[in-house]
Parts: sequence; C-alpha cells; structure tokens
Amino acid sequence: MTTNDPPTSTSGPAEPIGGTGSDLSAAGGHGAVPTAGVPVPTPAPATTGGSGKGRPRRGWPLWEVFIRARRGLSHQHVGSLHAPDAEMALRNARDVYTRRGEGVSIWIVPSAAISASSPDEKDSFFDPAIDKAYRHPTFYDVPEGVSHL
Amino acid sequence: MTSSGLDAHQRSVDNALAAYVLGLGDDALILAQRLGEWVTRAPQIEEDIALGNIALDLLGQARTLLSYAGQLEGIGRDEDDLAFLRDEREFRNLQLVEIENGDFAVTMARQLIFSGYQYELYTALRTSTDATLSALAAKAVKEVDYHRDHATQWVLRLGDGTTESHERMQAALDRVWPYVDEVFDSTDNIAALPGIAADPAALRPACNEYVENVITAATLTRPTPTWHSRGGRAGYHTENLGHLLPTMQNLHRSHPGATW
Repeated sequence: MTTNDPPTSTSGPAEPIGGTGSDLSAAGGHGAVPTAGVPVPTPAPATTGGSGKGRPRRGWPLWEVFIRARRGLSHQHVGSLHAPDAEMALRNARDVYTRRGEGVSIWIVPSAAISASSPDEKDSFFDPAIDKAYRHPTFYDVPEGVSHL
Repeated sequence: MTSSGLDAHQRSVDNALAAYVLGLGDDALILAQRLGEWVTRAPQIEEDIALGNIALDLLGQARTLLSYAGQLEGIGRDEDDLAFLRDEREFRNLQLVEIENGDFAVTMARQLIFSGYQYELYTALRTSTDATLSALAAKAVKEVDYHRDHATQWVLRLGDGTTESHERMQAALDRVWPYVDEVFDSTDNIAALPGIAADPAALRPACNEYVENVITAATLTRPTPTWHSRGGRAGYHTENLGHLLPTMQNLHRSHPGATW
C-alpha cells in the first residue's frame, strides 16, 4: 500500500462503492464526495474485511440511483438509498431524489453489482495519465472558424 | 322562474356545494395530519420521506378545497379558519381518515382504501362542470395514483411476506374494514349537485375491484365486519378526532394569525 490514505478496510462484498479508504464515496446520499483525509471511524483491524459503513440497515440492501434530468442527457449518479427490492427502490428514489422535478427517468442499480477501482490501485490506474501531454489534442492546428472541435 | 327564485336556487346549489367540498377537504386535511405523525417514526428514512410527501400532497388538496368551501359559504372564513378554528362536531371528514395510525400495516390498509376511493373520486371529478373541482381533480388524480401504488406495493409485500407480516396485514384490514361502507354512502347534498359532484356509491364498483385484486394477490382475506361506521359527513366522529384536533390546532389557536 503506497498511498497516504488513512489506514482503513478495503472494499468488501458488502461495501462495493469506493470503500472507506477511497477518494470518492457514493454512499453519502449526495453523489460522490471526497473522503480522503477525512477521519473515518474504522473497526480495529485495518486490513481486510467489510466495515460497518454502508451496511444495509435491518437487512435492506443498498441501491445506487441514477437520474436523467432531461431527454437527451445521460443518467447521472445522484446518490444511494435502502429498499427491500428494486421496485420499492424506484419508488423511494422518486420520493427522495425527484421531488422538485429533477428527472424524467430513474435507473436503480444494486450497489453490490458495481465493481469499483480499488484505492490501492490508484497510482497504477491514474497517475500515469498525468504527464502524457500527447494524449491531449493540443498538437493539432485548429482551422479558423471551427468552433466546436 | 323569477330572478329572486334564480338567486334562491343558486344559493341552495352553493350551500350544497360548500358542504360537499368541505367534506372532501376535511378528508384530505385529517389524513394529512395523520400521515404527518409518521415523520421521524417511519420504519426507514426513505419511508419517512414517502409518507411525508403523500401527506403534503393531501395538504395541498385540502388547502384548495377548504379555501373554495370558505368562498362558497360566503361568510368570510378562509382555509385557516376552517382548518384551525372549528371543533370536532363541525368537521365533515369520513371516520376512516381519523382512526389512529396503528402499526405500519394499519396505515397502509387505510391508505389503500382511501387512495383507492380518492382515485375514482378525482377521476370522476375531472369532468365536473365546476371549474375549480375539475381543475383540482386533474392535478390531484396523478398524485393519488402514486399514493395508491405506494400502498399497493406495501400491502402486497406485507400480505405475501412472512407469517408475521401476513398476520399483521390481515389484522390491519380487519381494523379498518368497518369504516369502508361509510366512504361510499351517498349524502343529501349529492342529489342537489348533478354534473358537479361524484356520487360515492357510483365509485364503489371500480374501487372495490382494484382493492380486491390487491388483497387477493397479497394472499389476504377480505374482512366481513359485524358493524359499520356512519355519520362522519354529518359531524359524528370517533374519539380519535378529539385527540387529533388539539395537536393540529394548538399553534394557530395559541398564536392567532402567526406566520412563519
């Protein structure tokens, strides 16, 4: 482990979204929020196994909610909630996330069905991209008058 | 008919309509208050929000209906006067909406029946010749469609769930069923409002069909009560309303005219 993240548990099956040590967590109810550097209450052994955070309350599983705000836009992750099954999750999402006319379509995905990149792999996944300027289209001459390239 | 005869006729229609609209408004108001009691007490925060949303939908309907009733009545009472300054005997709601929440199953049983009825009511009122009622119904029928679906989902899950949830859902139906007949009683003012009001008796077959389908699918049994409530529309109520009103009216009566 080469990151400076606080020692935490890694993602277990019961906690697929980010895990308590990742930079982003979807389990906050308001979409991805940074958690790096934020003290996280963790159970004693800081190695493997699930933690209490994000665990379904009273056995209700966790669902991720995606909402399309308008026709033509893609569905955006807006948060998560608990529900006994997919049909109830859709209805709960309607009540929690679309009360003010935010959407025209809702997707519900079991949180357990999401595979998330591990915080341990952060360096190998994302750092190599930073200094490779040639991957950005900055070496092309853009013809005059082309405004939406 | 002379012009004074026409005036008299219009007044009698207005009076009948005021009484009819007041009854519908009181149903929505009292059930909104009951559902509001679930806030912070629902089994899950998601359900807390769902019940709160339904309560607010009903409160919105109540505001329109009570304002209109006050206007028809013509003695200067507004929605607040009607909601907060009347006593028990002056309320015209069905007894079904005032009974205590009980456990979650009782609330869902009451909600299934009431929103089943309200769905048919507003569907019929969309074609009312009264512009205020038809406009309200067109909007409210979409809200109630969701209320009915919400209750349906829960009755199905609790009825066809575990042994305990089945027993409690059945007990909940038994608890609320004596109040069902009253919902579909015709009242005197209906006959005076042809084309304007919806006769509750005429709404019953469609409502029955929906509710019975849900009950059957949920493996529940339709109760056969030995008594039936009567008289809510005439101002006769259970003791439950007497407990509900002070909670609902206390603030307004202690601080008349208070605003946020």
